[in-house]
Formats: sequence, C-alpha cells, structure tokens
Amino acid sequence: MWLNPSNPQLNKKGQLHHLLTLEGLPAELLWQILDTAKSFVGVKVKKVPLLRGKAIFNLFFEPSTRTRTTFEIAAKRLSADVINLNINASSQSKGESLLDTVDNLSAMHADMFVVRHGESGASHFIARHVAPDINVINAGDGRHAHPTQGLLDMYTVRHYKKDFSSLRVAIVGDILHSRVARSQIHALTTLGCPEIRVIAPKTLLPANVEQLGVHVYHDMRQGLKDTDVVMMLRLQNERMQGMLLPSAQEFYKSYGLTRDKLALAKADAIVLHPGPMNRGVEIDSSVADGKQSVILPQVTFGIAIRMAVMSILAGTKGNG
Amino acid sequence: MPGNPLPDAEQLLQALIEQMRPTVGPETGLIGIHTGGVWVAERLHQALGVKVPLAALDVSFYRDDYQSRGLHRDVQRSDISFEVEERDLVLVDDVLYTGRTIRAALNEIFDYGRPGRVQLAALIDRGGRQLPIAADFLGATAQLQPGQSVELTRDAEGRLKLVLHEEKP
Repeated sequence: MWLNPSNPQLNKKGQLHHLLTLEGLPAELLWQILDTAKSFVGVKVKKVPLLRGKAIFNLFFEPSTRTRTTFEIAAKRLSADVINLNINASSQSKGESLLDTVDNLSAMHADMFVVRHGESGASHFIARHVAPDINVINAGDGRHAHPTQGLLDMYTVRHYKKDFSSLRVAIVGDILHSRVARSQIHALTTLGCPEIRVIAPKTLLPANVEQLGVHVYHDMRQGLKDTDVVMMLRLQNERMQGMLLPSAQEFYKSYGLTRDKLALAKADAIVLHPGPMNRGVEIDSSVADGKQSVILPQVTFGIAIRMAVMSILAGTKGNG
Repeated sequence: MPGNPLPDAEQLLQALIEQMRPTVGPETGLIGIHTGGVWVAERLHQALGVKVPLAALDVSFYRDDYQSRGLHRDVQRSDISFEVEERDLVLVDDVLYTGRTIRAALNEIFDYGRPGRVQLAALIDRGGRQLPIAADFLGATAQLQPGQSVELTRDAEGRLKLVLHEEKP
C-alpha cells in the first residue's frame, strides 16, 4: 500500500492525498492549507487554469446546498469539470452498494471525489477503495468530521485574530451531533489555541468530551465570559432522535446567542456559525446580522479553503 | 566562489534602465514576476519614473509543471491594479531560462485583458529555452553548464546580487 499506514490521508512522503479528518494532521499541513487559501482570497481573475481537464465528482448522499455549492464554485474557479450527483435520489434507492457506485464513477475517469454522507466513516471507506490516483475529500460524514468547514473556521479566526496562541474560544450548542465541532476542536488544538470551551446541555454533549482537552460549561453566561471567538453550531433537528431537548424555545432561552449574552464575551469577540442558521433557536437575528458576526465572510473564505485543498491534493500526485 | 562567471547585478540593472528608457513612458505597465522579477521591476519602476502602479504576478496557478511539482507553498497574490486593456506592458523577470514562466505569465495577463503590446525585460539570459520566447531588454547573457542555476538575491540594503548554484549530482 502506497498510502501512509499510520495516517491514510497522507502518502509516504507525508503529503496530503485525501482530506478525511483534521484529527492527526500535522500543524505544518494545516498552515500550508491556510497559507494557500490566502493566496486565493481576493484573486481578481475569476478563474485560474490549475485543474483544467480534471473531473471532480460531488457525491452527496445527504442533502446540502451550501457545502456542495461552495465546492462546485471552488472547482470551477480552478477550471475543473464538476459533476454533481445526489445519490440518495438515484442508484442507492435502486439497491446499488456504495462501492459499486464508486467503482462506476471511477470507470468514468474521475480524478477527485467530494463526499458527503450521513454515516460516519463513509469517506474513509471510499478512500480505502479508490484507485491510487483518485483523491477523496470528506465534505461531512455523519457525526464524525467536516474538515473543510473546520479549516474555513480556522481561516476566519486567523483572518480576524491573527494568532491562535492567546485565544479563548467557545463552541456553543449541539456538540453531540456536530461533526463541525469535532473538526474545530482538533484544528484549534493543533494550531495551538490554549483554551477551548464547549457550552451545551448535558444531553447534547458526547460522553468523555473532556478527553479532547476542552473545558465544559453548562451555563452559557459563564462559558462566554471573556472569550475572543464564539463558534455557534446549528441545532440539528434532523439528527435528533428521542427527547434530547424539551423544545426549541427552551433551547433558545438557555443556549441561544443573544446580544446580552454576547456582551459577556470580549468587546472585540467575533461570532461564527457554519450555517444554515436557525434564527431564534441557536442565534438571535440581531447577533447574526450584527457587527461582531463574521458569518458571511466565512462563506467567502470557504471557497478559498476548498480551492486550496483541491489544488494541494491534485498537485501531490506526481510526488506520490 | 572562485571564477564566478556571473556579472554584477547592479550593473546589469543600470544597463537595463538605459535600454528601456526610450520605450517606457509614464503610462507603461511594469509587471514583475515573483520573487526576483518584482525586485528588478521595483527598481525599474522608480528609475524610469513610471506613473501607473507597479504590478506583480505569481504564476504558480498557471504553471505547466503543476502536475509533477505540485503547488509552491508560499504563493503570493498576483496584483495588477491598472487597466490592462490596450496598455503597453513590460514583463520583468530576473533570470530567463526555459521560457515557461513567461508563457504562464502571458496567459495570466490575458485573463486580465487584452494588452496593446507586451515586451519582456530580464536581468540575465542563461540560455536553455524550450519555447519561442526572447527578451526585448536584456542585461547580459551567461553560458551555464547543465546542473548550474542562477538565483537573484537582495540584501538588507536592497542591493541585488546574482548567485550561482551547483546541483549535486
């Protein structure tokens, strides 16, 4: 096997070949992605010819508009050909297995797969089975990871705060179901953020979350105190099974980000949200549209991050 | 190193300035190619009294060896803040070699617009062209052996210097 056995995302030279999770990625690689993204932000030319002739397949086994669109825009700005497949609506409902789907698409000369799947580990599974010249990017798998979201959040924090080494960051909301939170925690830790807080009710926290090195708060007012960055999460109604919460209104009262709660954070604290927002559930409109909100810049940076990841992956092939 | 066959970069720069003076006006667009070409272009821009802002290109996204070499770590942002359409341009690089960088730069420029004319200035031509590209303004030519390469350096005072590298076989 030519992939690095200890980390299947890397080739033997330690270069990124798939992007599946931020967990275990060396800081050097994260900085490389962030630096490369920076060179794509504000490029005046709409399209560069880097990935001309490459076929990138967006395999979305789970619905998503924003992530799929930003991957599509990123690929098109690199001059790649993009094929979007919403698979829950096609072959899988006819009984085709995941591997058969992937084999068929490989036979259509795919160069890269961008995979969104409801099951944790789906993109790892695909990465293990594709031909060695195909790159796989995880665009969110179950509760496991959403590495490009984590990276664009890091890009946003770096853009506004410059340095991670003195930051106090709070991640608020549905940590239990959130692949975004997991990717954020891994990236923040690797990049040297000294204090990560998670703020959530007990029912929306995974067991042993402290093992990730985070400080747990159940009281949002205490948790937000003196923070530099507030990362809100979406309340994932579609992943809620059973009675984890009394109601959305109850959640808003305790864990919704309102102006008076945000006032407890530092005066220059920034507010992030991965979208789509449930206004009036996890975030108040006055905060979402307020001057501390960097939610729309996040979307713009997301395109640059995805361009960076795609061009780094496609460029490591010759060195494999 | 003893027997350094390379000329003095500052003298080449002066020669380049004199060659370009009759052609370059205040409205000529100077475009330096990262990194050494930008240093040369900065000096030319100042000496020739060009009015339009200096432009810089990083051609990493346009290179033809991306497939085999991957992406350079510190890609700089290309910055052309003037209107390219119909303008006379001079592309500035430090060392002219295969011509592939110039090809990539031309492609990038045309993504900004259709210039009236593009000329090429280089501090030194080391031969070994792989494309039909020639400099319009040139400091000097050097005959280098295979395995040798030239790099332009800039010291703390801003003085330019050419350095010869020998590739270990």
